[in-house]
Amino acid sequence: MASSDTALAAGQRTRGLAPFLRSQMRNIAPFLTLIFLSGFFALASPSFATLDNLGNILTQVSVTGIIAVGLTFVILCAEIDLSIASIANVTGIAVAYFTLQESYVNIPNIPLPGAAAILLAILLCAFLGLVNALGLTVIGIPSFIMTLAMMQIAAGISALLVRGQIAYKVPGVITTLGSGSLGGIPWIVIVAAIMLLGGHLVLTYTRFGRYVYMVGGNREAAEYSGLNVKLILGAVMVISAVCSGIGGMLGVAHFGSAQQNEFDTYLLDSIAAVVVGGTSLFGGRGGIGNTIVGLFVLGVLNNGLDHVNIDSFLKILIRGLILLAALVINVYAQRLREKAVE
Amino acid sequence: MREERSPILELQGITKSFGGVEALRGVDFALLPGEIHGLVGENGAGKSTLMKIIAGVHTEFSGRFLIDGQETHFRSARDAHSAGIAMVHQELSVAPDLTVAENVFLGNQPTNRLGLVQWRRMAREAGEQLARFGIDVDPMSRLGDLPIGLQQLIEIARVLFSGARIVILDEPTSALSPPEVERLFATLRRLREEGTAIVFISHFIEDILRVSDTVTVFRNGRKVAETASAATSKGALIEAMIGRGGEALEHSYSDDLMLPRPSDSSVVLKVDQLSLARSLKDISFEARAGEVLGIYGFMGCGQQELSRILFGKLKPDGGTLAVEGKPKSFASTAAARRAGVALVPESRRDMLFHQEPVYKNISISILDRISALLLKPAQERDIAKRQVEQLQIRPPVVGLDLGMLSGGNQQKVALAKWLTYPPKLLVLCEPTRGMDVGAKNDVINIVRDLRAKGLAIIVLSTEPETVLSLADRILVLKRGALVREFTNEPVSKDRLLEAA
Repeated sequence: MASSDTALAAGQRTRGLAPFLRSQMRNIAPFLTLIFLSGFFALASPSFATLDNLGNILTQVSVTGIIAVGLTFVILCAEIDLSIASIANVTGIAVAYFTLQESYVNIPNIPLPGAAAILLAILLCAFLGLVNALGLTVIGIPSFIMTLAMMQIAAGISALLVRGQIAYKVPGVITTLGSGSLGGIPWIVIVAAIMLLGGHLVLTYTRFGRYVYMVGGNREAAEYSGLNVKLILGAVMVISAVCSGIGGMLGVAHFGSAQQNEFDTYLLDSIAAVVVGGTSLFGGRGGIGNTIVGLFVLGVLNNGLDHVNIDSFLKILIRGLILLAALVINVYAQRLREKAVE
Repeated sequence: MREERSPILELQGITKSFGGVEALRGVDFALLPGEIHGLVGENGAGKSTLMKIIAGVHTEFSGRFLIDGQETHFRSARDAHSAGIAMVHQELSVAPDLTVAENVFLGNQPTNRLGLVQWRRMAREAGEQLARFGIDVDPMSRLGDLPIGLQQLIEIARVLFSGARIVILDEPTSALSPPEVERLFATLRRLREEGTAIVFISHFIEDILRVSDTVTVFRNGRKVAETASAATSKGALIEAMIGRGGEALEHSYSDDLMLPRPSDSSVVLKVDQLSLARSLKDISFEARAGEVLGIYGFMGCGQQELSRILFGKLKPDGGTLAVEGKPKSFASTAAARRAGVALVPESRRDMLFHQEPVYKNISISILDRISALLLKPAQERDIAKRQVEQLQIRPPVVGLDLGMLSGGNQQKVALAKWLTYPPKLLVLCEPTRGMDVGAKNDVINIVRDLRAKGLAIIVLSTEPETVLSLADRILVLKRGALVREFTNEPVSKDRLLEAA
C-alpha cells in the first residue's frame, strides 16, 4: 500500500507508464479477473475449457447481454434502471399473449398475426420506458425509486396477462431467434452480438453517444453547455426498456415458456455485468466493451461453478462476494482517475 | 469607561498563509465584552480567515491567541464552541425539514430522564426565545416552509441564544428585508447590554455604521484601520478598504473613469420587470450589440439568479425576456443556446468536463452544427485547435485532459466553447475571479475583441475592478433590485461601492 502511494506521487510528476495504468484500471481489472477465472476453472475441471462449453457460456449470457446493452447507456448517465427484468418479463409475456396458444393453455388471450404481436410487445416496453423517462425528467423522481415502482407495475401487468398460467407459443420469428441456430451458432448469440455492436457504435461514433458520456461525466456542465439533458436522460430510459423487451421476447422463446417471475435473476445479472465490466457507477466512464468483459466474467463464473464440485448453496455467496469486489474496484478506480487528472 | 474593560478576546501578530500566500500578516485584534465590532474589507482581504481562526476552523497560524487574558490554542471548532464562541456562516445551515423548535434546539434538545425529547417544553422555550427576537412563528411549523429571510433570522437567533459569549456574524443581512434587519439590530443591541461580544462582518457599510461601536478595516491581509464608528463615515471606510497610492500591482480604479455615451446599436436583449421570489425584483434593462454591460453588486445581490434566468436554467416568477425583439421563455438551457444566448458561470467546475480532453470540452456546444448523426472527430479537433491558437491556451494540446490545465487556461476553454459560432449574447459571471494578472489581461482582451465583433456582452461581478475594466455601461444590483445606472459619466471604485 505504501509503495503504491509513493508510485502515485512519482507518477504525477513524470506521467509515465504507472499513471497510464492507473487511469486504465477500470478496464484492466475486469480483464485480469476474466483471465484469472478462466485459468482457474480450466485447471479445476477438464470439461470447462472446451469449444462446446464456450458455446454454452455464450448462449447463457446472451439474454443478459441484450438487456445489458440498454443498461450500459443508463449507468453511463449515472442513473439506474431496476425495472429491466420486469420489463423483459412483461414483454415476453405480452408477445405470447398476442399469439395463438395450444388449446390446453387456459389464458383468455388475444391471438394476432405474428408481426402485430411483436409490434405490440415492442410498443408496450417502449411505453413503459417512456413512463420511466417522464417520471425521471418531468416529475423529477430519482431513477432508483421511479424504476422500483416500474418494476412492480410491469410485474403487475405480467400477472394480469397470464393469471398464474404458463403460455408456450410465441411468433415464429421470435422462436427462431430465441432457440434456433444459424450454421451451428445459436441465433440468440448472434442477436446479442449485433445489439452489443450496435450499442458500441452508437456510444462511440454518434453525437447522441457523446452526449451520453458528457451528461454522465458532469451533468451540470452538460446543462451549462446548452445540452437538453432531460431529453438525453429520457432517451436512455426508453433505450433501456426496449433492449430489455427484446431480451424478454427472445428469452421466452429460449426457455420455451412465458410465465410470471421468469426473469427475476436477470436484474442482478445485468447490473453486475455492466458494473463488473468497469463502467463507472458515477457515470461518464466505460462502455459496451466493458460490458462485454463483464458478461464474460459473469458467464465464466456461473458456468465454471457448475463444472467444479462445489456446494450449490455456496455459489450464491461466491457470486455476491465477486460482485462486492467489483464494486470496490469500480469506486476505487474512479478515485484513482480523479487523482491522476487533478 | 470602555478603556477600562479588559478584552474578552485578544489576538496578537497573527500571520496565516495558504500554500505560500499570506492571507493575514501580523494582525492584532481585540474584542471587548459588550461590544459590537464591525469588520470591513474587500473580498480576500482576510476578514473571513481571521474569523475562522477565532472560531477554531483554521488551527495552524502563528501569533498569540488569548481568551480572558489566558493564552489558548484551539484544536478544533468544537474547542472554540466550548470556550463560548459561536459563528453564523454566510451560507444558511439549517435543517429545512425539521420544525422551527428542533432547529432552535439542534444538538441539545431538552430530554426527560428516559432520554425522550420533551416536545412541549422545547416548543414553549423555542417560542419564547424567538419572541424575544421579535419573531412570531409557530415553533412546530416546518422551517423550510418559511421565507429565506426568516430562516436566516431563526438561525441567527439560535446562535445568539446559545449562551455564547462571543458571536461572529458573517454577512447576516444579505438575505434580510429592511424590517428584518431592524429586528436583528435590536436584538444585537440587547445582547450587547447583556455583555456579549459581537463581531459583525458585512459589505453593507451603512449597516456596520449603524449597529457597531468600533470598525476595523482590512486590506490585503493587514489591518489598516480601527476606529470608533461614530468618528468615521462611509466614504472614509471605502477609502481605507481600497487604499490610495498605487499599492496594488494592477490599475486600482480609484480614479474616475469616463464611461462612453450610450450605444445606439440594435437591442439584442430586452429584460422587462423580471422577478424571482425573494431574489430579484422588477429588473428591467437592455443589452445592445457591440456593448459590454457590467452588472455590479455584492455577493448574494441576485446576480447569479439573473444570469441563470437569462440562460434558461431558472424560470422567473414574472417578467419577460426578448432576444432581438422576439419574446422568449426558455424551457431549457438548450433553448437558450439555440436562441443565441451563451453563459459562462462563475464556477468553472460547473461548465467543464475535467476528465475529458480539451477538444471535447470546446466542441460540446456546437456538436449539432457540425454533425447530424455521426461525430466528426477530425473536424472537432481542427475547430478546437483554432480556438486554442486564438485564445493562446497553454499547453496547446487539444487531446490533453482538461483537468491538466491551469485555472486561467480552463477559464479560456470555458470561453472558447462559445466562440466557434459566436452567440448573440454572451453572459459572463465573474470572468476573472481567481486568475493571475496575466490571465486576467488575456481574458479582458478576449472580451474586448468580442465586443468589437458586435456581440452583446453582459459581465456580472462582485469585483468592482472586473466591471470597471470591461464595461461600457454599469448597472448596480442591490438586494435584488437595480438601484443605479452609470452611463456617459465618470465612475470609480468608490462610486460603485457607494451605490451598492
